[in-house]
Amino acid sequence: MKVLYFAWLRERIGAASEDLDLPADIATVGALVEWLKSRGPAHASAFAGDKIVRCAVDQEFASLDAPIAAAREIAFFPPVTGG
Amino acid sequence: MARIVVGPADFDAGAELAHLSDHAAGGIGSFIGIVRADPSAPRRVAALTLEHYPGMTEAALEKIAAQAESRWPLTGCTIIHRVGRLLPGDNIVFVGAASPHREAALAATAFLIDWLKTAAPFWKYQEYDNGEAEWVAARESDERAAQSWA
Repeated sequence: MKVLYFAWLRERIGAASEDLDLPADIATVGALVEWLKSRGPAHASAFAGDKIVRCAVDQEFASLDAPIAAAREIAFFPPVTGG
Repeated sequence: MARIVVGPADFDAGAELAHLSDHAAGGIGSFIGIVRADPSAPRRVAALTLEHYPGMTEAALEKIAAQAESRWPLTGCTIIHRVGRLLPGDNIVFVGAASPHREAALAATAFLIDWLKTAAPFWKYQEYDNGEAEWVAARESDERAAQSWA
């Protein structure tokens, strides 16, 4: 599965994207966040305040309980600040 | 029907307004956002870099434009948002809405910019003249402005 990071999440993790083989029991965005946190200090730091991290599943905004089983691409980013 | 452009290139607001007036419009509403460098601030903005999510950003803008078009009788609708590193005074965003009636054109313009600020994936990174730099935090007032259209 492709996981994308934007803005300060990208900087803290040190990568714009990762191709990851997820364990079969990772069924939701929230479970994915917990699993990503365990991957190392950079990921743990990026997701430390996970209340202010937003998510998109296949380019649609999604909540922590959104299912990811059929997803191709999951993105994490801070609240948007365009305009 | 909406014209959606996301990219580094500057836009010509006059040409965009002329494009909207090609339609059967009685009026055109528009908003242009530019990089602000408040001269009285303790540290002045030196540059603003806009990051986006290619694919999702364009789709989100299409969706916002479609909502405006379903809510008001628009004859034209344009959203242009620049990305990359911009300097004070540079154009950032253009939104425009044309309609047979001014209320619809003005309301749709405000709706487009309010929703763009909260529902389109863009992120601002601000550099200051004292060498500091930071990602801009989202503002609750922007969220309230968008929700006021619900």
